[in-house]
Amino acid sequence: MAVYEQTYKRYEGPLTPEWSRFLIIPRYAFRSVFKSKLFSVFFVICFLPLLAEAILIYLHHNISALAIMKINVREIIPIDASFFQTFVTIQGAFAFFVALLVGPPLVARDLRNNALPLYLCRPFSRTEYVMGKMSVLLILLSFITWIPQLLLFALQSYLEGFTWFRDNLWIANSILICSVVWILLLSLLSQAISALLKWRVVASGAILGIFFIPLAFSQIINVIFSTRWGSLISLFSLINNVSSGLFGNFSGVAETFEYTDMNGRDVQILITQPPLWLSWAVICSVCLMCLALLSWKVKAYEVVK
Amino acid sequence: MVSVLFGIIRTPRYKKRMAALPEPTSAQTPLIQSASEQPVIDLQGLGITFGRRPILKNLKGDLRGKSIGLLGPNGAGKTTLIHTLLGFHEPTAGTAKIFGLDIFDQAKEIKALVGYMPERDSFIAKMSAVHFVRLMGELSGLPREAALERAHEALFYVGLGEARYRKLETYSLGMKQLAKLAQAIVHGPRLIFLDEPTNGLDPPARLRMIKLIREIRDSGQANIVLSSHLLLDVEECCDEILILRDGQIAVYCNLEEERKSNRKFLMLETRGDQARFVKAVAALGCEYAISGEHRLKLVMQEGVDVKDLYRIAAEEQLQIRRLSYKRDSLEDIFLKAMENGHGGL
Repeated sequence: MAVYEQTYKRYEGPLTPEWSRFLIIPRYAFRSVFKSKLFSVFFVICFLPLLAEAILIYLHHNISALAIMKINVREIIPIDASFFQTFVTIQGAFAFFVALLVGPPLVARDLRNNALPLYLCRPFSRTEYVMGKMSVLLILLSFITWIPQLLLFALQSYLEGFTWFRDNLWIANSILICSVVWILLLSLLSQAISALLKWRVVASGAILGIFFIPLAFSQIINVIFSTRWGSLISLFSLINNVSSGLFGNFSGVAETFEYTDMNGRDVQILITQPPLWLSWAVICSVCLMCLALLSWKVKAYEVVK
Repeated sequence: MVSVLFGIIRTPRYKKRMAALPEPTSAQTPLIQSASEQPVIDLQGLGITFGRRPILKNLKGDLRGKSIGLLGPNGAGKTTLIHTLLGFHEPTAGTAKIFGLDIFDQAKEIKALVGYMPERDSFIAKMSAVHFVRLMGELSGLPREAALERAHEALFYVGLGEARYRKLETYSLGMKQLAKLAQAIVHGPRLIFLDEPTNGLDPPARLRMIKLIREIRDSGQANIVLSSHLLLDVEECCDEILILRDGQIAVYCNLEEERKSNRKFLMLETRGDQARFVKAVAALGCEYAISGEHRLKLVMQEGVDVKDLYRIAAEEQLQIRRLSYKRDSLEDIFLKAMENGHGGL
């Protein structure tokens, strides 16, 4: 079917392996996403905290630099689990905004333009389609979350020595698990909402709403009932609990109040956190609901029964 | 979990349907038959029900044509049949095979062999035509370079060569139809499903589309299934037709053979008492249809001559003002199918 021949001809050349075809979607999506200069600039900004983190790690091991600055960075900011947790949280926040910018149009645009039959009439399943769309976000968010964090962990291990690496290997696991859970949740939620609401702006608003409205309600519940169980409805609080659990900073007791009652007795009130497994369970349930929603909406044609 | 959600694991409905099918005989077992024996589409009691509403009912038959026209009034089930053959809907009864491959069990293998041009406006937003067609080629399994090369070729072939770097959103309706055709043929499929390809096209664009379809058919490289409610399109492009009515096969015939057959229609324009005349003609075994107060269509039977008609007309005091031969047109076949419901002509 050469241009000059103008005849129909079958293709009889080699084919790509089936397992790799879902990666075609992110390749095309990245081309479209990075066409926006605004997004490209924002994506570069996402690396600034990582640069700061790298500088701090470097300063910790550069005695001459510490001598020039006349400050003891080692004491002010020790490099431990909390140090990495802080930066994982900061990068998580950036990941949220990247997902907010990239996620909503991914499926919505295809649904609005009836593109799904074009994908699904090929040797390309619904699972591959969802995997392809998900991997757009998963790959992008990985580049600003766990991949650089693990590289910085490796840098710290290199500078500090093998003993530090051996003793703190669990921190690397925590970085990986915490980041993967967060970006998986973000990807699934944004895809599910994108599939449900066909308009980009509405979908972006819905994602913001899903994260911030329950956060406000959870704060109200916590204050009114003097509890922390309200955080079970807020995805931010849930991931925060999970992160604290993974980095070894989770405590079952959130706050303690002590006062003397009318009879002169000392009374201690403990405000407890919901158990860690419950936070995991709620996050898993949300992910499953998103998958179910995607399964319901991602079809070549919607059948009207 | 993901597999269950996205339908990879067989559902109970599927198992029940498969259990109801007869065991394959040894003659049916081999997947690859010789090209001459193998039907393009083999319908084996295919049925589709949406909710409680049956859409396709017990479709049976071997479709072997190079270019098969799918005809029927709106809502007859043409598009649903194509969607089912493409694996978009799970059959509720029976099954079908394309080139000997089961539409449900071997859906992925089938999809590698087919191209599909949907009826509705379908494209991927914010993409130029060449990127769009290339993406579709890559999704069909073509390597990047081959997909790009064939995307350019396909777009030139359908006549969008000069506009191939324009965004699809800026295309006119006719151009979008051509882009849809380009994506359907970019990977060089063996079977191409075209769902209402001339919808919304102006006469020159329609002629261009028909010409392209005929060229693909005549290349001998691909079979075509053309769904349309425009009889003229089907008549110009297809050698076999399948007419659906209320989800059932009303007619399946080879158009060329029908045209070549000796069964000729006579168109009569008369004055006088038609009722007695048609009664006498029917007694000779001729089929007839009254198409107006003074118009008659007759199917001549063997042994009956035009002289006999004049004789009967004289006996019944009927004037035959005009008599002309008319071959069985697709319109006649279609209208008869709509009247008869089932069975052939």
